[in-house]
Amino acid sequence: MSQSDNLATMPAHAAAGNHGPLQHHFESLEQQRDASSVGMWVFLTTEIMFFGGLFLGYLVYRLSHFAAFAAASSTLNMDIGAGNTIVLICSSLTMALSVHAAAVGKRKTLLWMLGLTMFLGLVFLGVKGYEWHEKYVEHHIPGPNFVWHEENNPALAAERHAADVNPGETELFFSFYFAMTGMHAFHMVIGEGLLAWLFFKAWKGAFTPAYNTPVENIGLYWHFVDIVWIFLFPLLYLIDRHH
Amino acid sequence: MSEHIVPRRIYVLVWVALLLLTLLTTFAATVDLGVLNGPVALTIACLKMTLVILFFMHVKYSTRLTWIIVLAAFFWLGILLTLTMNDYLTRHFLNYP
Repeated sequence: MSQSDNLATMPAHAAAGNHGPLQHHFESLEQQRDASSVGMWVFLTTEIMFFGGLFLGYLVYRLSHFAAFAAASSTLNMDIGAGNTIVLICSSLTMALSVHAAAVGKRKTLLWMLGLTMFLGLVFLGVKGYEWHEKYVEHHIPGPNFVWHEENNPALAAERHAADVNPGETELFFSFYFAMTGMHAFHMVIGEGLLAWLFFKAWKGAFTPAYNTPVENIGLYWHFVDIVWIFLFPLLYLIDRHH
Repeated sequence: MSEHIVPRRIYVLVWVALLLLTLLTTFAATVDLGVLNGPVALTIACLKMTLVILFFMHVKYSTRLTWIIVLAAFFWLGILLTLTMNDYLTRHFLNYP
């Protein structure tokens, strides 16, 4: 009698033989959620150290070759960079709203917000691709075809001592530019894949107020990638712009 | 505490603050602040990061254990940055060849 009562109140998948959203090695859903959140943060810690190395290398070379870094940075389009920052911040809002929708169990809102996040991420990547293509056209991709011809650019030559800028050092800036924006974009591509998987699971109704850990953790990942860009934008685009 | 659901109003407020700070940093870059241009840009970036971590990543509402891990991450990043800069920024202090 009491057993059948229990079965009736259990979620369908629990009655079907697995134990529902709560794994057997956890005391409660709350403990389970806290544990997965801590695990995600440990992973993000390794990511912070990974990008930290890139930022450190950038910082050392920027300080020792400032004139070249400033001149090379000025060839980037600041408005496009700022616009892309805004796109990414909007995608972080929609991601946060996805987490909210999953937590309160609104499946339709969750699907819309995940879709919007994916769309904004793709817009960002598209703009990034456009910028990289610009670098290709300008011969600003480091390597045998790299050409620094900005000493002929009147806007730059007027204010800067263009002749003092060592072309090899500007090439160094673009090496950092491609390594850092490339690694960031790579993380975005992975994020898009994770979002597509979330969308598929959400479509099938896998997330409930009791269990939405994947939405939560992929949200943490997406916000982390946003933070990396929050630093990349001023560091790469905004050096010495007041000339 | 992690079952705490952050109200949508807070998300929208943080989003507005992030947009304003993006415009501010872009504007500040076009003003000549001398040696302060770099530090100002980095301060604004750190402010934006703090907002994202506390509210979008809801660390503000998380357990102490999460706080410890987040702070440890930045502590170790701080070691990486300060000890390396301690070397590179002080090399010219002594004029050994």
